[in-house]
Amino acid sequence: MIKRALLITTAVLPALALTALPVPVAAQEGETALLHAGTDIRDVKSLQRGARNFMNYCSGCHSLTYLRYNRMAADLHLSDKELADLMLTSDNVFDGINSSMPPADAAQWFGKQPPDLSLIARQRGPDYLYSFLKGFYVDSTRIWGVNNLYLPSAAMPDILADRHGLQKPVFKNESDANGGAHMVLVGVEPMSAGAMSPQEYDVLVRDIANFLDYAGEPIKATRESLGIYVMLFLLVGFVLTYLLKKEYWKDVH
Amino acid sequence: MTEPVDQSRRRLLTMATAGMGAVGIAFAAVPFIASWNPSERAKALGAPVAVDASKLEEGQMLKVVWRGQPVFIVRRSKAVVAELGNHDALLADPKSKDSRQPTYIADTGAARARNPEYWVGLAVCTHLGCSPLGAFEPNNAFQVAGTDLGQNWPGGFYCPCHGSKFDISGRVFKSMPAPKNLTVPSYTFTGDARIVIGTDENPKTA
Amino acid sequence: MAAAPESGASTKGLIGWIDRRFPLTVLWRTQVAEYYAPKNFNFWYYFGSLAMLVLVNQLITGIFLTMNYKPSSAEAFASVEYIMRDVNWGWLIRYLHSTGASAFFIVVYLHMFRSLLYGSHRKPRELLWIFGCLLFLGLMAEGFLGYVLPWGNMSYWGAQVIVSLFGSLPVIGGGLVDWIRGDYVIADATLNRFFALHVAALPLALVFLMIAHLMALHEVGSNNPDGIDIKKHQDGQGIPLDGIPFHPYYTVKDLMGVMFFLLLFCAVIFFAPAFGGLFLEAPNFEPANPLQTPPHIAPVWYFTPFYAMLRAVPSFAGTQVWGVLVMGASVMILFFVPWLDRSPVASIRYRGPVYKFMLAIFVVAFIALGICGLRPPAGIYPLLAKICTVLYFAFFLLMPWYTRFDRVKPVPERVT
Repeated sequence: MIKRALLITTAVLPALALTALPVPVAAQEGETALLHAGTDIRDVKSLQRGARNFMNYCSGCHSLTYLRYNRMAADLHLSDKELADLMLTSDNVFDGINSSMPPADAAQWFGKQPPDLSLIARQRGPDYLYSFLKGFYVDSTRIWGVNNLYLPSAAMPDILADRHGLQKPVFKNESDANGGAHMVLVGVEPMSAGAMSPQEYDVLVRDIANFLDYAGEPIKATRESLGIYVMLFLLVGFVLTYLLKKEYWKDVH
Repeated sequence: MTEPVDQSRRRLLTMATAGMGAVGIAFAAVPFIASWNPSERAKALGAPVAVDASKLEEGQMLKVVWRGQPVFIVRRSKAVVAELGNHDALLADPKSKDSRQPTYIADTGAARARNPEYWVGLAVCTHLGCSPLGAFEPNNAFQVAGTDLGQNWPGGFYCPCHGSKFDISGRVFKSMPAPKNLTVPSYTFTGDARIVIGTDENPKTA
Repeated sequence: MAAAPESGASTKGLIGWIDRRFPLTVLWRTQVAEYYAPKNFNFWYYFGSLAMLVLVNQLITGIFLTMNYKPSSAEAFASVEYIMRDVNWGWLIRYLHSTGASAFFIVVYLHMFRSLLYGSHRKPRELLWIFGCLLFLGLMAEGFLGYVLPWGNMSYWGAQVIVSLFGSLPVIGGGLVDWIRGDYVIADATLNRFFALHVAALPLALVFLMIAHLMALHEVGSNNPDGIDIKKHQDGQGIPLDGIPFHPYYTVKDLMGVMFFLLLFCAVIFFAPAFGGLFLEAPNFEPANPLQTPPHIAPVWYFTPFYAMLRAVPSFAGTQVWGVLVMGASVMILFFVPWLDRSPVASIRYRGPVYKFMLAIFVVAFIALGICGLRPPAGIYPLLAKICTVLYFAFFLLMPWYTRFDRVKPVPERVT
C-alpha cells in the first residue's frame, strides 16, 4: 500500500511541477523563445563586473532601491575602494541604490518611469534580461529609433548601442489561418559593428543579467548552501525516527 | 509477541531521537530569536552621524541627532578649558567615575573630550531625560529659563525641567535631581572639526 | 485503571497538584495514551497530524511576519522586501510561511481524499466531516486573504477579480462589493481589513474548528482502511482487539511521517521556494498597479480547480452569476457527502468497480481542472474545463445511485 501510494505521489508531483514550468519564465505563445543566459550567481567575479556595468550603464535611470550598497559590498567581496568607486548615487553605504533621475521628468521623457529593477529577475528571469539586452533593433517608427524583440514597443532606448553596434529586424513570411500572408518578426541580425566584439558584449550582458539575478534575492546562494546541511540533518533524523518506529511496532501484530 | 522486547534498544533509539529533536528545535529557534536583533534598516538609521563643526565659534553650540537622541557639540575657548579643574568642590562626580563615557574619554579627566576645544555629549538630562539648555557664560547673572545661576556659575548646562545644573564638560553639580554626569557617546575626529558620532573608528568610506 | 476518584489522575508531586485542579493526566490518558486507534492505519493516515503541524507552522511564522509587516497599501510591498533582505533570517520565516500555505493545501486535499477512500465521512462521523468542510472553507478564505497581503500585482488583481464575483449576485451585488472592499476599488481599506481577518479572526476560527474536529473524532473513534468498526470486538477490559494505544505507536509513527514531510518541505524552501512560479508567482514580485493587469490572472494553484469551474460556466440571461453559483456549489456539495454515499460498505476495498471508476475519474477531473485554471482560457482548455466540471459534479450528484447499486464484497470482521 505504501509502495503504491509513494509511486503515485512521486509520479504526480513531478508531473504537476512540469505543468507549471513553461508558464512564468519562458516565452508565452506567439512570443520569441528566449536565449539561454547561462548565469551563475556563485561566480563572484561576474557579479562584480555586473555591478560595475549596472552602475555605469543602468543606474542613471533605474534604481535598485531594495539593495543596500553595504550588502552588495559584503556579498560581492568588494574592498572599500571598489565600493567607493561604485557609489554613484549616494555617499552613505547604508543607502539603497536609488537613481537620481527625477521620476516625473523620467515619465515625461520616456513615456513611463524607468522601473525599479530590484526584483526584475524574479519577475522575468535572467534569460529574459540577457535576451532583452541583445534584442534591440532599429525601428524608425519609434521615438528613440529602436524597438526590442523581447519587449515589443519598449519605451527604453538602446543604451548599449555603441557597445554592440546596431541590429536590424528579421522577418519571415507566414500565412495565417485564412490563407493571407503577413510578415512576422522572428529575430534580429547585426547591421553595424560596435566598440565591443560579440564575445565581449556577450560577457557584458551576461554579467548584468547575473548581477540582477543576485539583486533579486541576495540570500539565494546562502540559502542553497544552508539547505544542504538542513537536508543532511533531516535525513539522519528520518532514519532515526524510522528505526524508532520499526522498533516499537514490533509489538503490533 | 514472538521475541522479547529489547528495552535497551528502545531506550537508546528514544534517547537518540529525543536528542536530535532537541538539537533540531534549538536550531529552528535560532532564526526566530535572531530576527529580533536590529535589522539592517535599524542599523542604517542607527549609523554614525558625521558633523561639520568648523563654522562653530567659541561659546557656540551645535545640536545633532544620533540614534534618535540629541547630541551637543560645544566649542570651548582655551580660557574655559584651563578653568575646568577649578570647581571640583561643586561637582558630585568630578572624576566621572559613575557616569557613562568611553574609556578614552574618562582618561582625559576634566576635559571629558578627545579634543578639549570641542565637547561632545548627549543632550539628555540624566534625571528624567529632558534636553538641557546651554548657559556657557561664567560668572554672570544671565538668566536662563527665568533662573539666576549665580556668581559662582562656571558656565555649562542648565536643565529647565527640575533645575539640574551641569558644567561645560557635562559634569553634574552636587545636590541636583540628576544623579550622573551627562553621557558621552563614542565619537571620533576625521578632520580638525569634523566629528563622526557613534563610532570609535574613522569611517572607511566617504 | 487507578482507584483514585478521577480515573487515572496522579496524586503525587507537581503533577498531582495540577491534577487536583485541572484534568491533565486524565486528558493525556483518555486522548493519547489510552486512545485506541485501529492498528491498520496506512499512508493515507499521516495527513491529519501533518495538517496540525502545518497549522502550527503557519501560526508561528505568521506571528513573526506580523512583527515586521506593514499592512498599508503604501508600505506593504516594501515591508515584505524588508523582511526578505533586512530582517535577520526574515527570508527563512517568509519562505516557511509561503511554502507552508501550499503545503497546507496539499496535505488537506490528501487528507480529504482519505475519507473518500475509506468512508470516514459516514455515520457516525458526519459531524466530523462537516467540521472538516468548515475547516476547508476557512482555510480557503485564509489562503485568499493571505495572498493579498504582499500587495503585489497578482495580489491586487486576484483580489479585484474574486471580490467582483460578489457583484454578480442580483440586487445586493453592487452594494455588497463596496461593503467588502470598504472603498470603490480594491484599496488601502481593503488591505487593512483583510490583514485583520487573516491574522486574528480566521486563525482563531481555524483553531477552534480544529479542536471541535478532534473532539468529534475522539467521541466516536477513528475509522480505518477496512472501514469496519473496531469497537465491535473488544477484550475483557473494553479495549478493541484491533486497537492500539495512540501513544507510543502512532506518536512514533507520526513522528516518522513528520520527518519525511520536513525533508520534502525543506527541500522546497531551501532549493526552490517559488516552485517554478506555483508557490510564489512571478507577477507578484511587482508592486500592485491598478493601471496594469498582469497578462494572465490566475489564482494560486490550490484554487485553480475551482477557478476553472467558475470560468467554464458561460453567462446566461445577461449575467455571470451562474459561474459563481457553480463554483460555490462545488465546495458546498462536499458537506452533503455523508448523505450522498449510500453504499452498504465504507471502504473502497470492499466496494465494487463503479465506485473505483468514479473516484478515479473524479481525481483526474480535479487535477485536469487545476491545470485548466492555471492556463489562459484558449485552445482545448475551455472545453476540457467544461467536461471536467460535469465529471466533478457527476461524482457527487450520481453518488446516491451508483453507491447503492454497485457490487460490494464481503466485509471482514477484523482488520486486515
